[in-house]
Amino acid sequence: MNCREKSPWIVHFNCNSCNGCDIEFLACLTPIYDVERFGIVHVGNPKHADILVVSGAVNYRNVRVLKNVYAQMPSPKAVVALGACGATGGIMADCYNVLGGVNQVIPVDVFVPGCPPRPEAIMDGILQAAGLLNVRQEDRNAGAEVRLTIQPAGEPEKV
Amino acid sequence: MIMVDPIITALLAIFAVPFIGAFLVGLDRKLTARMQSRIGPPLLQPVYDVIKLLHKEPIVVNRVQIIYAGLHLAFMVLCVVLLALGQDMLMVLFILAFSTISLILGGMSVRSPYSRIGSQREIMQMLSYEPILILMLVGVYLVNDSFMARDILASGKPLLLSLPLIFPAFLMVMTIKLQKSPFDFSTSHHGHQEIIKGITLEYSGPFLAILEITHWYEIFLLFFIVTMFWATSIPVGLLIAAVCFFCEILLDNIMARLTWPWMLRFMWMVGLGLAVTNVLWLYI
Ligand code: SF4
Repeated sequence: MNCREKSPWIVHFNCNSCNGCDIEFLACLTPIYDVERFGIVHVGNPKHADILVVSGAVNYRNVRVLKNVYAQMPSPKAVVALGACGATGGIMADCYNVLGGVNQVIPVDVFVPGCPPRPEAIMDGILQAAGLLNVRQEDRNAGAEVRLTIQPAGEPEKV
Repeated sequence: MIMVDPIITALLAIFAVPFIGAFLVGLDRKLTARMQSRIGPPLLQPVYDVIKLLHKEPIVVNRVQIIYAGLHLAFMVLCVVLLALGQDMLMVLFILAFSTISLILGGMSVRSPYSRIGSQREIMQMLSYEPILILMLVGVYLVNDSFMARDILASGKPLLLSLPLIFPAFLMVMTIKLQKSPFDFSTSHHGHQEIIKGITLEYSGPFLAILEITHWYEIFLLFFIVTMFWATSIPVGLLIAAVCFFCEILLDNIMARLTWPWMLRFMWMVGLGLAVTNVLWLYI
């Protein structure tokens, strides 16, 4: 269905980022880049969103929150990981509390490389993820959807 | 006036109105983008959004909330149909209030604090605009000796000339109903990350689409009432509605969001003051 690609609503989650990626991401919303011309709306609510944009590396503290945000999004959904940190852990990879890239925890559809990536690259990544939403719907119809296990509060998250 | 079969009119109201509403929303987004020196989404963007939402996975927080969303839409459609058939305006306003109350109850029926805060703000909004709407109808009655919409459409004299002060008061009400700044507390088209996405927070997928479609009907309803202020000549009425539409968007873009106590004070002092003055003037 074409309308999915034309109206990807995004929710942004800052995992452990140094804010460099976040600032570049927010620059996409400004009049210079204006993502709304592609129908992209930055909603602050996972229940309204189609695409989850994650910046930064995942650490033991926020892995539960990240899974929770992902689980709250209605299918079909896609994930974009921003920056070197989102891909592999980047500059934070060797920290004692860091798990690594976003794909350690949730299935990532598009990695946007860079430290930080440029707004043009971020927009390109989001639009590619929007193109994948139809594929995700087919997966869902075929019963091949990814389901996460979320530990109850208080218990350590297994990864 | 041309007499059309009431059933055809009703069907036309049910099926054609959402398209007009969607077009107006699209135009609104485009104009807003131009005012912020952006390019903006395509004109059909609201339609794309709603079709996408309708095809998403339905996640139900609780059943009651879904019933309220349906009632919100049903009452709003009923309002538009009644108005199109030229029925009692008083009835239209009461059913409109029912529709809003369904939305509020839907927001209240979930445990999310944001949704509840949104609902409470919506109650405050109702509190501030309902008296003005009632006074508007009192004014209409004093002029036409009838609450029927078809008598307003058939009367020889434009309503605006007898209700010059109620008209701006109604425009203030419209700003609230269209969720425009400075009155967009309960939910807003712009501040998605803030608490003001409130009342729609727990709706997702197809149920959010229902709220969006209801909003299309609502927009049509409001601009229909604006046009009725100059019902003797439809082009002039439409022109007034177009000017009002532009002014609402301009206002939305130049104003900051204010607090709800400010809204209540403003609406009850200025809005209600204007309406009461006009009614007294008509009465004497
Ligand atoms: S990729 Fe670079 S800019 Fe982005 S969060 Fe990591 S360190 Fe910061």
